Amino acid sequence: MTDVGVHNIIVTGVGGQGNVLASQVIATAAVESGFLVSVGETFGASQRGGSVMSHVRVSREEAYGPLIPRSRASVIIGFEPLETLRTLAVYGGSDTAVIMNRRPNYPLGVLLGDFTYPDVDRITEVIRANSRSLTVLEATELAVAAGLPVGTNMVMTGAFAGSGVLPIAAETYEAVLGGLFSGEMLASNLKAFRAGLGTVAAPGEARN
Amino acid sequence: MSFISLLVDEPGRNVLMTGNEAVARGAVEAGIGYASSYPGSPSVEILANLGRLAQKFNHYAEWSVNEKVALEGAAAASFAGLRAICVMKPNGLNVALDSLASIAISGIKAGLVLVVGDDPAGYSSTNEEDSRPLEKAAHIPVLEPGTPQEAKEMTLFAFELSEQIKLPVALRCVTRICHASANVIVGPVEGGCREPFIGTDERFITNVALHRVQEAKLARVRHMADTMPFNRYTGPEDAKTVVITAGVGFMYAREALAELGLAAEVGILKLGLTWPLPEGMLLKYLKTAEKVIFIEEIEPFIEENVMHLAAQHLMEVYPLRFYGQKSGHVAGQYGPGIGEMDPETVTRALAAVCGKSYTPPVAGEFLKDAMPDIPSRERAFCAGCPHRASFWAVKSALALDGRSPVVLGDIGCYTLGLTRTGFNLLQTVHAMGSGVGMACGLGRLADYGFHQPVIALVGDSTFYHSALPALLNARYNKSSFLLIVLDNETTAMTGHQPHPGIGKNAMGEEGLKITIESVATGLGLPVTVHDPYDVEGATEAVFRSLQAEGPRVLVLRRACALVAAHQGKRPRVYVDQDLCIADNCGCNRFCNHVFACVANIWDAAKNKAVIDEVLCNRCGVCAGLCPVGAIKVEGGGRVD
Repeated sequence: MTDVGVHNIIVTGVGGQGNVLASQVIATAAVESGFLVSVGETFGASQRGGSVMSHVRVSREEAYGPLIPRSRASVIIGFEPLETLRTLAVYGGSDTAVIMNRRPNYPLGVLLGDFTYPDVDRITEVIRANSRSLTVLEATELAVAAGLPVGTNMVMTGAFAGSGVLPIAAETYEAVLGGLFSGEMLASNLKAFRAGLGTVAAPGEARN
Repeated sequence: MSFISLLVDEPGRNVLMTGNEAVARGAVEAGIGYASSYPGSPSVEILANLGRLAQKFNHYAEWSVNEKVALEGAAAASFAGLRAICVMKPNGLNVALDSLASIAISGIKAGLVLVVGDDPAGYSSTNEEDSRPLEKAAHIPVLEPGTPQEAKEMTLFAFELSEQIKLPVALRCVTRICHASANVIVGPVEGGCREPFIGTDERFITNVALHRVQEAKLARVRHMADTMPFNRYTGPEDAKTVVITAGVGFMYAREALAELGLAAEVGILKLGLTWPLPEGMLLKYLKTAEKVIFIEEIEPFIEENVMHLAAQHLMEVYPLRFYGQKSGHVAGQYGPGIGEMDPETVTRALAAVCGKSYTPPVAGEFLKDAMPDIPSRERAFCAGCPHRASFWAVKSALALDGRSPVVLGDIGCYTLGLTRTGFNLLQTVHAMGSGVGMACGLGRLADYGFHQPVIALVGDSTFYHSALPALLNARYNKSSFLLIVLDNETTAMTGHQPHPGIGKNAMGEEGLKITIESVATGLGLPVTVHDPYDVEGATEAVFRSLQAEGPRVLVLRRACALVAAHQGKRPRVYVDQDLCIADNCGCNRFCNHVFACVANIWDAAKNKAVIDEVLCNRCGVCAGLCPVGAIKVEGGGRVD
């Protein structure tokens, strides 16, 4: 890693999973904490089953461009195993920390029988062997348990917040959510966020 | 971020904004009185935000039916003395160009800013058109921001410039500005003119005699350009190598020079105004540099214009060498000018020109060894999309009909009709509404031996945007074809903006609904409306309409599944695995393999169909299509 001074965070997944909101929450929390932040969203394919990716670059000293160069990701927050693997292969390296939701979202070609979705345990094994660390979550199940089936993004955001990659307190993220939601929606989003936070705040658990 | 950052009332506050939000904020700070747009990626959120801000900041905002009308409305507001902003996609500028070219001749009164969001690599577009050559052709100045902060500042500046020279000014953004976010310092909101009036002696006339005035205005801007704050040079004054760049290319170039250890010896001339060029400033560096490298997105616009300038001053700049798209040095994966810029492409180009060794990162080698064949991800209609069912109904009706049809497509969500999720039905895709005009042509050829049934498919928003002239043409010229409007009661592709069929406007006010059927009836065309979730009935409706003659309209109407999923609690849809007989059925896994809904997955352990209930939007269409009735809607009812 030569990117001393810049955190290169990638949020990756499939259209409809709420990547953009997750990256915006992380980026807003960073701005509120005095960082210079630059986010590049690739969401043309959002909602239509395509791969969706956000690059979040966080620095104390200097504003960076909105795209992270290949192999320079410091963290990959993967909402879906295959997309996590695909992103790691392009943007990751042996110094990249990975936080991954274990639940597959099947590409059309898999549904139509052209391809087989790789075994998730095998994906996990390959990611672990080619990254600095891997944290695996059942984020969608945690979101469902929090009463917000579409809250995978908040669980993953919570897990990232808990990882301590950025020196930003969980309360700062929660204040950002407070600005975005109100009432029941705020309560369920916070619940999902805290569920994610809990998985990494208790080291040793959920790190299979 | 998001809408709340736009409401910040504290000048000097540092907030996260997207480029689109920053342009909207800039417009508000400039005290606009009028904003208009037709939804188009990647710039759609500008007007969406200005609509939501309209009441608070006392400006008018509208989703116009198309870009031409949008620009004409904004120009009129400018004639009346209100600052006006008009936002569009590059394809939209094609639609509005006729008006733009003449408004640029007549001149304007209050500031008129045209924002065009170009989409290098076409992330959400059918093409990657560069709007700058069109803006140059229309004789208007072009500003290009490199960060969201600059997008806000340039929006403010664009109004001032427009008023100084009485010309519309273009703000050319790209996806990596529109959809990028970064720190933005908000400024005070100025109250603009709120007493619109056009004096009886004021004239806004397009006349060839004004061409000389137009050229004089541009000459004035060219002169001002040399001292404009957005055109700036960083680096050693006597640099032998100078990067000439604009927009987000500046950020990539700066990072690349640092990466290559060249920051102390290579200069960067960042142009904020890319047309007309700051000729004096450029010549200063062209005369001292030995090498110039151009970094810009899509066409070599700056590159060609700077080379023209250099050719005029050949002896002064000799022996300068040029590197960029033309020399082949600045080229992405598919060659010069194709796709977007990225840090690596820029680093590779700078290394090659500066004689530095650079080894691109070797990414993904492990994947080749460990998992060589991971599945790609193609786009699909959303789970529950009513128009997956519509495409299925069209496919089924065409099979019943038996003739060899021609199916003409449209852009937006329904471009997916050419892919597997839409059963590969579409045979043409061009501009908005083009399929209807083409159907007009084919539908008039029966006398000349063309007897295939012709179907044009458009979305509801396209219907209002540009299908109407073609329909009128069809009626007038007695063309025969079936227009199917895939109506999802919104402009879905760009994020659910309203249109005339919805009633609600950009500012959230309820209004009159102008239905597709009332418009078609007004044109004297027969029109039928059907619900695509009733697949059998919809198939019959398509079949019956196919057998008719003359121009005719079938509306398949059902709200976008994403909107519906947010609105109501529909009963759960699930597979009764005791009833599913899987591969013994002979259905070829219909729900999963054939109907291709992303929520109809397969339970490999049990070898039975199953529904991914996190993805399912509960349309229940698959329940009606399963040959053995194994897919159930909870409570046994149908989805309404």
